[in-house]
Amino acid sequence: MKIAVCIKRAPDMEQRFKVASSGTSVDEAGLKFDMSDFDGYAVEVALQLTEKAGTGEVVGISLGPDNVQETLRKALSMGVARGIQLKADTVPVDALSIAQALSAELKGGGYDLILFGKLSLDASNGSVGPMVAQLLGLPCVTACSKLDVGDGRGTARRELEGAAEVVKFPLPAVLTIDEGIARPRYPALKGIMAAKKKPLEVKPAALGDVRVTVEAMALPAERPAGKIIGEGPEAVPELVRLLQTEAKVL
Amino acid sequence: MANVLAFAESRGGALRKVALETVTAARALADSAGGEVHAILAGAPGIGELAAELGAVGADRVLVAEHDKWAHYDAESMSATVVARVREGQYRAVLFAASAQGRDLSPRVAAALGAPIGADIVSAELDGDAIRVRHPVYTGKLMATLSIRGSPVVLSVRPNAFTAAPVAKPGTVEPLAPAADPSASRAVVTEMVEGARGALDLADAPVVISGGRGLKAPDNFSLLEELAAAFGGDAAVGATRAVTDEGWRPHSDQIGQTGRLVSPDLYLAIGISGAIQHVAGMRTSRTIVAINKDKDAPIFKIADYGIVGDALEIVPVLTGAIRKVRGTG
Ligand SMILES: Cc1cc2nc3c(=O)[nH]c(=O)nc-3n(C[C@H](O)[C@H](O)[C@H](O)COP(=O)(O)OP(=O)(O)OC[C@H]3O[C@@H](n4cnc5c(N)ncnc54)[C@H](O)[C@@H]3O)c2cc1C
Ligand SMILES: Nc1ncnc2c1ncn2[C@@H]1O[C@H](COP(=O)(O)O)[C@@H](O)[C@H]1O
Repeated sequence: MKIAVCIKRAPDMEQRFKVASSGTSVDEAGLKFDMSDFDGYAVEVALQLTEKAGTGEVVGISLGPDNVQETLRKALSMGVARGIQLKADTVPVDALSIAQALSAELKGGGYDLILFGKLSLDASNGSVGPMVAQLLGLPCVTACSKLDVGDGRGTARRELEGAAEVVKFPLPAVLTIDEGIARPRYPALKGIMAAKKKPLEVKPAALGDVRVTVEAMALPAERPAGKIIGEGPEAVPELVRLLQTEAKVL
Repeated sequence: MANVLAFAESRGGALRKVALETVTAARALADSAGGEVHAILAGAPGIGELAAELGAVGADRVLVAEHDKWAHYDAESMSATVVARVREGQYRAVLFAASAQGRDLSPRVAAALGAPIGADIVSAELDGDAIRVRHPVYTGKLMATLSIRGSPVVLSVRPNAFTAAPVAKPGTVEPLAPAADPSASRAVVTEMVEGARGALDLADAPVVISGGRGLKAPDNFSLLEELAAAFGGDAAVGATRAVTDEGWRPHSDQIGQTGRLVSPDLYLAIGISGAIQHVAGMRTSRTIVAINKDKDAPIFKIADYGIVGDALEIVPVLTGAIRKVRGTG
């Protein structure tokens, strides 16, 4: 089983963000970065599938400047066999442009599965995975929360709003991975040492035409703070009164 | 003239609320471009009966595509049908819902057309040759304004960001032939797993009652179920990621940036700290009530009304009070 995982470098979301002086991006000074949340789940799924099959190779691919090498090394330390950096000066916000570059690399790679995160935390598009599937002509299941693969076929569960779908698909296929499917492992010291010696290839990214650009980045408007009505169950009658007479929602 | 195409999402033979919102968003774009809104309604035979609902909120032409293998969503044949229509119709923009289905369909259509995509947008306007959209990024911590060049542009519209409104002139209805045979699809939906039977979907419920780690134990969610019942079928119960990660509630109940986005009339946050990723999924609710034992919990900063105290004591009293008001007790 040969599996590719597309991994994006993204800031850890538990931090305070500031808009850069350009007004069109986030000020990256002092921010901690990691692999985008869902991509961690995708890496874990890939590792578990090859471990279960007892054979196979997991390849991590990241598009971006040289700082993505750190993200790829993390994947290598988790157990990914080798990394490919598709080198670009910046990561565009144009999902199709990224998908075109990833597809050019993935095409002809002989992968049984190509995994993506459900969405990237920074761009929050959820577009790159299904776009790659379309460009490569492969079947695709998005937002998989459960997965079963064997004998050249797979079954996935996809969460919808208040329901779920069971989807059957043949390999090769493109899947995007939802959180909760498998807890990403922490790299062990042995893995971290091994990762230093694993191959990491650097190639130019064949980005498509970039037609989506950021005009402005801003902090969302604050919701005005409300009032604390009181303490304990005694405050309930006043709450109900306000909901009826002031908020008019009852 | 520049027309706009909207894909109207349905499930199980019923339109989803966001389908009307998608048409509404398309209507605004078409009006400023001086064009028409065409809406595609795809499903099993009989789906066409819903066409009038789309016409009533601004679709000039409703294109009804029926196939007996479309009882379930079928990504490959439905995307091929939209793509064929766009190629024929010269559209300026193609709109979907930013739902599980629309987020699956829209990137496929965009890639097949070689069109740029704006995902999960909360506004859209023409700006000369470009379309300008706003899109929440960084788990809702920031709002990006994007400029998208090219035509057509594919957009997915965030649920609850647009409010559907009736129009004076209802649209016409015509058939549209499916452009691909679903029997040839490779990835196929073989089963639908419904949520709790009869329960309101979180996105549609006028009242959402969410519980956090402050509820202490999975069994205590029965207090929230009882409160929901007191609203007489108008309420649904949600949860934080802390709760779904613990397995106290199903993952599909998670509200927040990486879960469901809700915008009810009334949102009750019970034993919830108010982490930014949770708030990102409910901040646009009309009225927010917080119950938390910590008076400094961040949730009080965004709540309209707050009560400080033990949720396990307060919720049963609230349930009693709501039963009286609603006459459900
Ligand atoms: C990338 C990323 C994505 C995320 N996505 C989401 C998401 O989509 N949705 C989401 O919810 N979270 C999400 N999170 C997690 C989020 O950061 C918080 O950890 C989570 O929302 C906290 O849940 P909580 O409020 O239930 O728990 P806590 O933060 O532990 O808060 C519990 C609260 O209960 C109060 N409390 C305790 N006992 C009582 C009592 N007896 N009565 C009343 N109050 C009491 C406490 O004062 C406290 O404020 C995400 C995190 C990351 C990093
Ligand atoms: N620059 C990138 N390099 C590698 N993979 C990426 C990149 N951008 C996006 N992806 C993949 O595409 C998924 C969805 O990203 P997005 O469409 O931006 O939400 C991510 O979870 C990654 O798996």
